[in-house]
Amino acid sequence: MILPPIDPNLESQVLHKPPLRDDNRQVAGKIAIFQYATVIAFVFLISGFWRLQVQNPQFYDERALANSVKSQPMAAPRGRILDRDGRVIVDNHSSFRLLLTRENLNEAHLAPIALGLDLDLADLQAKVRRYRTRPKYDPIVLKEVVTPADLSFVDSHRDFFPELLLTQDYKRAYPQNGMMAHVIGYTGEISEQELDMPEFAKYDPGTVIGKFGIERQYNDTLAGVDGQRQVVVDRLGQVRQVLKTKPATPGKDLALTIDLDLQAVAELAMDGRNGAVVALDPRTGEVLAMVSRPAFDLNKFAEHIKAADWKAITDNPDHPMLNRAIQAQLAPGSTFKPIMALAGLETGTIDMNWTVHCSGGATFYGGYHKCWQKGGHGTLSLHNAIVHSCDVFFYTLGDKMGINPIAYYANLVGFGHPSGIDLPNEASGIVPSPEWKLRNYREKWWAGETISVAIGQGALTVTPLQLARAIGGIAVGGTWHHPHLVRELDATEKPDQWPLDPDHVKDVIDGMYGVVNEGGTGGYAALKGIEVCGKTGTAQVASADFAKQKGGVDMTDNAWFVGFAPRSAPEIVVVALFDHGREGYLAAPIVRDVMKAYFDKKARIEALRQQQASLTARLSEAVHLGLPGPDSSAWQPHN
Amino acid sequence: MTRYLSARDLDWSLLLITLALCGIGILQIFSATLDSPLYHSAWWRQILYVAGGLLLMWLALAVDYHTLLHYVPTFYIISVAALAVTYVVGQTASGARRWIPLGGGLHLQVSEFVKLMIILLVARYLAEIKTETLEIREMTILSSLVLVPTLLVLKQPDLGTSLTYIAILMVGAFLAGLRRKYVVVIAVVTMLVLPVGWYSLKDFQRARLVSFLDPDRDPQGTGYQLIQSQIAVGAGGMFGKGVTKGTQTQLRFLPVSQKDFIFAALAEEHGFVGVVIVLSLFFVMIMRIVQNAQTAPDPVGMYICMGVASLLLFHVVVNVGMVAGLMPVTGIPLPFMSAGGSSIWSSFLALGLVNNVRLRRFVN
Repeated sequence: MILPPIDPNLESQVLHKPPLRDDNRQVAGKIAIFQYATVIAFVFLISGFWRLQVQNPQFYDERALANSVKSQPMAAPRGRILDRDGRVIVDNHSSFRLLLTRENLNEAHLAPIALGLDLDLADLQAKVRRYRTRPKYDPIVLKEVVTPADLSFVDSHRDFFPELLLTQDYKRAYPQNGMMAHVIGYTGEISEQELDMPEFAKYDPGTVIGKFGIERQYNDTLAGVDGQRQVVVDRLGQVRQVLKTKPATPGKDLALTIDLDLQAVAELAMDGRNGAVVALDPRTGEVLAMVSRPAFDLNKFAEHIKAADWKAITDNPDHPMLNRAIQAQLAPGSTFKPIMALAGLETGTIDMNWTVHCSGGATFYGGYHKCWQKGGHGTLSLHNAIVHSCDVFFYTLGDKMGINPIAYYANLVGFGHPSGIDLPNEASGIVPSPEWKLRNYREKWWAGETISVAIGQGALTVTPLQLARAIGGIAVGGTWHHPHLVRELDATEKPDQWPLDPDHVKDVIDGMYGVVNEGGTGGYAALKGIEVCGKTGTAQVASADFAKQKGGVDMTDNAWFVGFAPRSAPEIVVVALFDHGREGYLAAPIVRDVMKAYFDKKARIEALRQQQASLTARLSEAVHLGLPGPDSSAWQPHN
Repeated sequence: MTRYLSARDLDWSLLLITLALCGIGILQIFSATLDSPLYHSAWWRQILYVAGGLLLMWLALAVDYHTLLHYVPTFYIISVAALAVTYVVGQTASGARRWIPLGGGLHLQVSEFVKLMIILLVARYLAEIKTETLEIREMTILSSLVLVPTLLVLKQPDLGTSLTYIAILMVGAFLAGLRRKYVVVIAVVTMLVLPVGWYSLKDFQRARLVSFLDPDRDPQGTGYQLIQSQIAVGAGGMFGKGVTKGTQTQLRFLPVSQKDFIFAALAEEHGFVGVVIVLSLFFVMIMRIVQNAQTAPDPVGMYICMGVASLLLFHVVVNVGMVAGLMPVTGIPLPFMSAGGSSIWSSFLALGLVNNVRLRRFVN
């Protein structure tokens, strides 16, 4: 080892200095004290580590684990909602939510974050202040839906703003413009009240559930089971390692009975009007189309609905949230007449030759009841009474029959109780009877009331769905299927049946055929090449109770049309309702349009099938002849 | 008269202990910065710092310490000037101006080197006093001399380093025979000055002291370092989690785990056993230096060695005590182990001073 040279000036310096005290003994004792102090200091330090590391290391081990091992939920997508042909009505789109975690929040970052994400800084700061009292692990939701610009900002500033956290999420993509809003419904975070319901007992707070319509009715089918993964995160919340993964189970797809082609036609026809359209297959009870207007935009519910949007919906006097197809309870008006006719025939009260003379009105029990035709219909039998919707005829029939058979047959066709459709909160309507009046009003039934009920007025109320089901059931000869929106229910559904006399059914159907095709009130519903049957109805809203309740809102009549086709083997029954229908004459064309869409589609499919069949035949012929042809397996017609 | 200096006379055991600590430090820096790109070369730089430190140590023992003492006034002026420059042009890190940029990404922490000047200043001043006891007049003069750089460092603000100067002064005054009544007077004056001192502290320093007393008061803020450090230490248990296996260190829950909190990283990965081994090395190191003080050829040499010993003791107690939650967070490094050139170099220079005295113990 080379040692440094000795300082040449050393000698002289030392000589010039006063001699230093060279006795170290007097400090020896003090150095010893320093040594003792050092020993004590080290014992003090080691005792500190003993306490932490040897006495209770588990406590700190657990805290270290809690620091680094976190459980992250993995969202399960809800099942899609499809139409009867497998076309997607409701889909999910994968989206990101942007959260601001508060465990490592640096308030100096708020300004650049607000700038980068185009947020209002004052708003953001206020939000952070509001969250002060909440637990630190509760993050602030910055954005429910992240745009590509936000995404690139977060990605490129990951190291600077560790408090920004993206979580994957699935959002519902609903049809636009309120299409099928009432049928589909929407989802939302489970509420306090819902948590107490047995229906939702198994869900935790914070779970997203169906709140309305199909989304609610079939929540268990549609909802998946969220997964979870255990990850090791570092201080910045970055995932370093995935320990365990329990994959999310996606919800099951749900095939509806709705036919989007028919639905679209009905939706377009109802655009800008208030009312409802229901189309059923009377042979199965499948709902082919269901429209209620006014509607609301489901996509406003797909994200957290804004307070202003919610207020706009609930404050609307037209009640957009009401599903008129199953919840509007209105007098059926003249659409009740086919049921009256059936009751008259079935009870033997009248036959087809029984006639009534209409002179524009008649007096019953001291009250004068007008016919809608001022001049009167003259003398007519049942067939013409249905075709021309003569009120006096049915007043007389009702008077002759009495209220009890009317109520019996009204109940038989499904009025007065819910149809059992698989949607929440279906209304039941009212079938008035002496018993009903006594129970609800503690009053005696007046025979005069029967006269109003006979033409579908008075206390009698039905929903559009009930009317469609009732007429459809009669049309197929006495089998009333329970309407449903999910195809799987076809097999398990048990219809209500009644052995109607086929002759009586035919007589009623013939009357309804006349309404459309013999210069009756429903001429607008006629369809070329298809035997359409139907019945119009104009129902006064101004029943005493209803007027009081509504406090003099719009008291114009409601316009109905119910129709089915074809006459001999009905496949579709359609009801259209217009609230306060100034455009009442349009109810029949809407029914016609929906039916036209149905039969056009059927014809198209049939033509396609024939084309494919002939193609297959020619192909097999070619193969049989040994001609060169394309691989036959690729030419399988698909059904 | 020929001077005979022999390599044999170097304190080889002291050097061996030092290099052992440096080695453990480098290993721990390697582990603590394994996956942080910011410090990917920290352990390698530390090796260069240690090599440079050995060179500086050699320089520090080359010149006879009496010559160094002769230049104390010069050193003093340079120190105060450098501290003033630091205050003006210093680099700001976590609210304190402690570093002078040297270019090439290197920074010089002047206050680390001022420690050595304080050791020499105290040694020379006290050695020149001929009386048995230290009188109030001398004490006042010496205190005033030490106070100027101390206040400059405190103003940066760097409470921890400025307290090391006071520690050197106090141990020196104690050895020089400060009268017991003056000790009482100093204690009383300190008590009176303490409230004033409290208000002169920066907010973050006050918060650190408060959170030392009650770390859970603000577990994500000022108490964070203390809590995370204690979790790291406690999670280490008896034998530790193993090199690169400590979650607190590896996942960066432990703050500055390669610098001020390197001992917490060590405690997590090597456990109580590792803690006892490293603390034993420090203990032996300090005791070796005290022994060199006892065998020093003259009082001034003794004062130099004791100055170095008290400096190291203060560093170890404050840093390791902070890691175990026994001391408030003051942010001073652990000598020979914490990453950083200034700390390593000033520590090696201090060792050079001790060897300087030791090499010349047989003279005359």
